[in-house]
Amino acid sequence: MVFIGVRAAPMVALTAFSVGVTLAMQAAHSLESLGAQMYIPDLVMLTLLREMGPVLIAVIVIGRSGSAVAAELGTMKVSEEIEALEVMAIDPVQFLVVPRFLAMMIMLPALTIFGNYIGILGGWAVCVFALDFNTAGYVLEALQSAEPWDLYSGMIKSVVFAWIVITIACNAGLTVEGGAEGVGQATTTSVVQALLAMLVMNAVLTGIFFFAG
Amino acid sequence: MIEVDGLVRKFGDRAVLNDISFNVHRGDTLVIMGGSGCGKSTLLRHMIGSMNPTSGTVKLFGEDLTGMKERELIHIRLRFGMLFQSGALLASLTVGENVALPLLQHTDKSDDEIQDIVEQKLQMVGLTGFEDLRPDEISGGMKKRVGLARALALDPELLFSDEPTSGLDPIMTAVIDELTLKLTRGKGMTAVVVSHDMTSAFRIATRMIMLGHGGIVAQGTPDEIRASSNPEVQQFIKGEPDGPIPLNLSQEEHEHHQHVKPRPFVRARYRFHHKTG
Repeated sequence: MVFIGVRAAPMVALTAFSVGVTLAMQAAHSLESLGAQMYIPDLVMLTLLREMGPVLIAVIVIGRSGSAVAAELGTMKVSEEIEALEVMAIDPVQFLVVPRFLAMMIMLPALTIFGNYIGILGGWAVCVFALDFNTAGYVLEALQSAEPWDLYSGMIKSVVFAWIVITIACNAGLTVEGGAEGVGQATTTSVVQALLAMLVMNAVLTGIFFFAG
Repeated sequence: MIEVDGLVRKFGDRAVLNDISFNVHRGDTLVIMGGSGCGKSTLLRHMIGSMNPTSGTVKLFGEDLTGMKERELIHIRLRFGMLFQSGALLASLTVGENVALPLLQHTDKSDDEIQDIVEQKLQMVGLTGFEDLRPDEISGGMKKRVGLARALALDPELLFSDEPTSGLDPIMTAVIDELTLKLTRGKGMTAVVVSHDMTSAFRIATRMIMLGHGGIVAQGTPDEIRASSNPEVQQFIKGEPDGPIPLNLSQEEHEHHQHVKPRPFVRARYRFHHKTG
C-alpha cells in the first residue's frame, strides 16, 4: 500500500503538473486563433478528469508498481517461496495476491484524484503567470465546465485500470518458469500487456461513456 | 504412513519416474539417494502433493493425494512439515516471523505463546537470538536451519527434507542429524530425507532407497545398502568417479536415459574418458 501509493506520489505529482502545464499551453496556442482563450481552464479540467488523469497515472503505476509486483511474485516463485506457502497450507492467492489487489484498487484511484489536483494546479500556473487570468477566474471557469460525471467517469476508468494492472501483474509473477531470466521476462510481459490492455480498455470505456452519455 | 504405488511421472515423452513403489512406516527415517537429475526432488514433490503423477497413486496417512484439490490437501498438509533445499524463507519477513507464520495462520495461540514456540524452535536449530534478522542477512546454511525450524513449528508427525545438510559445516551437519534422530527415534516422528551426504544419510536412516534410471536401484536398511553387491550402489555410497554410473550424458542421452537399459560398464568408462579427454 505504502509502496504502490505513497511513494509513487512525488512521481505522480511531477507528471501531472507537467501535463497540466503542457495542456494549458497547447490549449492557449490553439484556442488563441479562435479567440476562445477563456476556455483554456475548461479544456485542462475536462481533459485531465476524463482522460489524461486516469491514463497517465495508470501508466506510471504500471511501470512502477505493476512491474515491481510481477518481479516480486516471480522471484518468490523461482525461490520456492510460493511452493513453501502451499505446502504450509497457506493459500498464496489469499496471502500474497489479495493484499496487493486491495492496495492497488484503493491507491490507483487515490493517486488519480491527487494527480488531477496537481494537473489543474499546473494549468493554473500557466494561466495566471503567463496568460491574462486571475486565480478566481481560472477556478470559476474550470469548475463551471466540469460536472460530477466527468470526475466519476475518470474514477470508473481508474478503478477498472487498477483491476487490469494488478491482475496482469500477479498473473505474470505467479506463472514465472525458470530462474532469473523468467522473472525478467514476466516483468516485461506484465508491463507490455498491462499498457496495451489499459489503453484498449480506455478506448472502450470512453466509447461507452460517449455513446451512453 | 506413506504408500507410493506404481508412480509414473513423464515430462513429455521422458519418464523421470517409472513405476516407483515403496512404503514408509510410522517412525521410519527414509533416506532417498541418487545422482543429480535422477528424480529425487520430483519424487518428493509428488509425496507432498505439489505435483500430480502421470499414473499411480501416492497415499499419505492413508489418503490418496492424487487428483486432490488444494482445498482438500490442506488438512493433510497441516500434519507434515517440509524443509526446502534453499530454505524457501519468505524474504519479506524476518526469521522469527517466518517461523511464526504457520502458527499464526493455523493456530489460535496468543502472541506470547507463539513467541515462546518460535524461540524454542530456533534454539533447537542453534539460532537463538536471530529472530529479528531478515533472510538476506543470514547465510545459506542458516536459512536452511530456519527452514527446518519453520517446518517443525506445528510439531508435525512427518517431516520431508530436501537435502537438509548440504551447505552446512560438518559440526552443524552433526547437530541437525542429532536433532533428526531426537525427533524420530525419541518422539516417533517419521522422516523422509533426500540426501547426497552419505555420512549423514547412514547416521539417520532406518531405510534407504537409491533411485536411478527412473526406478529404484536398491532399497533396504543402511546395513543392507552398505553390503549391496550392486556396483552402482557401491560407487555412489563411496563417491568414486569411475563406475557404472555414467558421468557425462549428452542431452540426447539424458532425454532417453530413462528408456534404455543401464549402460554397460565398459561403454560408460569409454565415454567418461572420451568426453573429458
